[in-house]
Amino acid sequence: MLKVLYFASIREALGKDAEAVEVPTPATVGGLVELLRSRAGPYAEALASNRRWRVAVNQDMVGLSEPLKAGDEVAIFPPVTGG
Amino acid sequence: MFTIRVQQDDFDLSAEHALIRARHRDVGAITSFVGVVRDVNEGSGVSEMSLEHYPGMTEAALTKIVEDAAKRWNVIDATVIHRVGTLQPSDQIVLVLVASRHRGHAFEACEYIMDFLKTRAPFWKKETTPDGSRWVDARNADDEAQQRWETK
Repeated sequence: MLKVLYFASIREALGKDAEAVEVPTPATVGGLVELLRSRAGPYAEALASNRRWRVAVNQDMVGLSEPLKAGDEVAIFPPVTGG
Repeated sequence: MFTIRVQQDDFDLSAEHALIRARHRDVGAITSFVGVVRDVNEGSGVSEMSLEHYPGMTEAALTKIVEDAAKRWNVIDATVIHRVGTLQPSDQIVLVLVASRHRGHAFEACEYIMDFLKTRAPFWKKETTPDGSRWVDARNADDEAQQRWETK
């Protein structure tokens, strides 16, 4: 089980800031995003490949090939705009 | 130990500056950068801005950025304070202070920290305009500003 967090415009589009997600192992960030996109509701649009988003695993920004293990904290968010 | 804070409250540049001077006698230069909320963006008036962050990751990302800067330049001390919550035009958003022996290192390290903060630290701005509220889009110019440090 993964803990998945959403921030900013993606949190608003999905209407939630966190959820637990079960993914088949071995899992990667890319696989998790594919699984979420295949769900009904706003996921496909919020995570469409032509939209820009970033992923952090255990609070480190990573690429799509990053492996996932049970208990990981995965965050999906738009490109950052601080400063 | 560098000072990294994410807070709703405003900050006092002079007070933070004095704290750094009080801690060291070998500092010859302190650069400071203060980011401020504008009342206009992308051609629309902005009446209010709210800032969201990722508690935990944000502080870790800021710490790593400052530590990376300290590997490239002489950084005797540094302070980064970033505000979150609701802000108004002319409010302060972010403070970066860098203390070095000489000004060259302090200037470059301060710019490096801001460029990486803009592209790596998880903050998101939402602004209120006459047409409603909207999330601010990331700017390509910020990515380019960060990438130029890779080749230096």
